[in-house]
Amino acid sequence: MATAVKIDVKEQNLLGAFQGFFKILLELEDIHALLVPQQLPVKGSVMPTLVTDPDQLDGVDPLAPAFPLNAARVVSRLTRKPMGGKVVAVLRPCEIRAFIELVKLNQGSTEELILVGVDCLGAYSNADYYRLAGENPREITERFYQNVLGGKGTQMDGVDITAACKACEHPIPDQADLVVGLYGVDTQSGLYVEGKTPKGEDLIQRLGLPAAETPPSREGAIGALVAERTAYRDKMFADTREAAGSLDQMAEYFSHCINCYNCRVACPVCYCKECVFVTDVFYHEPAQYLKWSRRKGVIKMPTDTVFYHLTRLAHMSTACVGCGQCSNACPNDIPVMEVFRTMAHRTQQAFEYEAGKSLEEKPPLSDFREAEFEEVVGIS
Amino acid sequence: MENFEPTIIAFVCNWCTYTAADLAGTSRLIYPKNVRLIRVMCTGMVDPQYIIKAFLEGADGVLVSGCHPGDCHYINGNYKARRRMKLIKEILGQLGIEEQRLRLTWIGASDGIQFAETIREIVSQIKALGPNQTQFKMAM
Ligand code: SF4
Ligand code: SF4
Ligand code: FES
Repeated sequence: MATAVKIDVKEQNLLGAFQGFFKILLELEDIHALLVPQQLPVKGSVMPTLVTDPDQLDGVDPLAPAFPLNAARVVSRLTRKPMGGKVVAVLRPCEIRAFIELVKLNQGSTEELILVGVDCLGAYSNADYYRLAGENPREITERFYQNVLGGKGTQMDGVDITAACKACEHPIPDQADLVVGLYGVDTQSGLYVEGKTPKGEDLIQRLGLPAAETPPSREGAIGALVAERTAYRDKMFADTREAAGSLDQMAEYFSHCINCYNCRVACPVCYCKECVFVTDVFYHEPAQYLKWSRRKGVIKMPTDTVFYHLTRLAHMSTACVGCGQCSNACPNDIPVMEVFRTMAHRTQQAFEYEAGKSLEEKPPLSDFREAEFEEVVGIS
Repeated sequence: MENFEPTIIAFVCNWCTYTAADLAGTSRLIYPKNVRLIRVMCTGMVDPQYIIKAFLEGADGVLVSGCHPGDCHYINGNYKARRRMKLIKEILGQLGIEEQRLRLTWIGASDGIQFAETIREIVSQIKALGPNQTQFKMAM
């Protein structure tokens, strides 16, 4: 029984190969829809689309260096109740990991879902991508994957993938049902598709595609990439601790913050239905501001900026997948991801938890044991 | 540091530590007046946000105190509080807030003496540390 298959690639046209593969999937009787990023008929726009017609896949583009939003939220919307049909969702690894966090918070389900992950080549910030892609997103995608897979790196026309992507040690979608492998794969001749779960293996056997073996160079290629990413990440952690290692430094770090809360709107794992910072709790009495100002002599307006970021860290840092959408969404270019990932790394370590790793491990704050963490109790 | 009188915010559960504080009072036990008690129904309702707010407003220390494991009147609120304490210590620790400024203790309803002792010890530890530095900067 084949657990891996090959999709032919003709004339280096990876997007064409993807389109053919997705068409086969969508033509299966029990697959009702496909959620997949496509180039929209609007200039330079690549967005998740929900496709039911196999002939509407001309713009599929899971390789564009575009990451307009973390689609975990979109999948959560689709699966919060039974949809009445099976959907294949094509996602980046960090989207899958964020979605797993949402499922564990009862904000989504994998019941009617098959997760297809594509080896992630990384993405530019929204601002950079739109500037670059202009009228011709397809050309940008082609140049991008040819560069990355040809060993020429991720930089193009003076822009590079985001810090979040450079620091991401999970470029392989290990949690997907099906993985489309690119790293260490001879993509000139074909894409390598592997079933990772019983669901995925079952699907693969019904595709009528030729069986494939794991390319011998895959493991090494992934190892090298992960090592490079991890080194970048650890340096980022060290630099961020230097820059934001005290409350006063946090205040400086976020001194351009205007409390727009875009970062938490963009964050796939900021799970509250209504954020406390937009409720009456923070609609302070006018006289309160004067009181605060009198006590300190001067206060920055709007208030509660550091308070907001620290609260967000307390609420979601154990679920942070490091996708970088917070930085992407900030109108004032604050490197939000750096602080969140750095702090989250420690909070996740504290609970021996890794966000998005498995559906089984309960989120740290939804669980407890009778005997644990004695070190935080007492006064000695 | 001689004259430094720290402000300590204590979130105490109604059923155990608050009762212990009351007992300390009625027994005329003496403990430093640096502590501001905030009575909550259970340690399990102390949102990490309350602790963050206390520090940002310039508290020199925060104590969360409730029933011993197994004695929580809401069955497991104190176990949840312990996880949150682990979390918030991990966050505030990365921002230079010393371990001693943030405490979790279990003090049962009949432990008036232990309550007074705990407050004395916390106050002396925080006096040794000095003030929470953030209160001197512009509130942001
Ligand atoms: S905090 Fe930022 S990096 Fe972390 S999951 Fe949310 S958007 Fe992604
Ligand atoms: S997106 Fe930027 S400006 Fe807006 S709240 Fe977040 S950090 Fe502040
Ligand atoms: S009732 Fe005292 S800790 Fe829960």
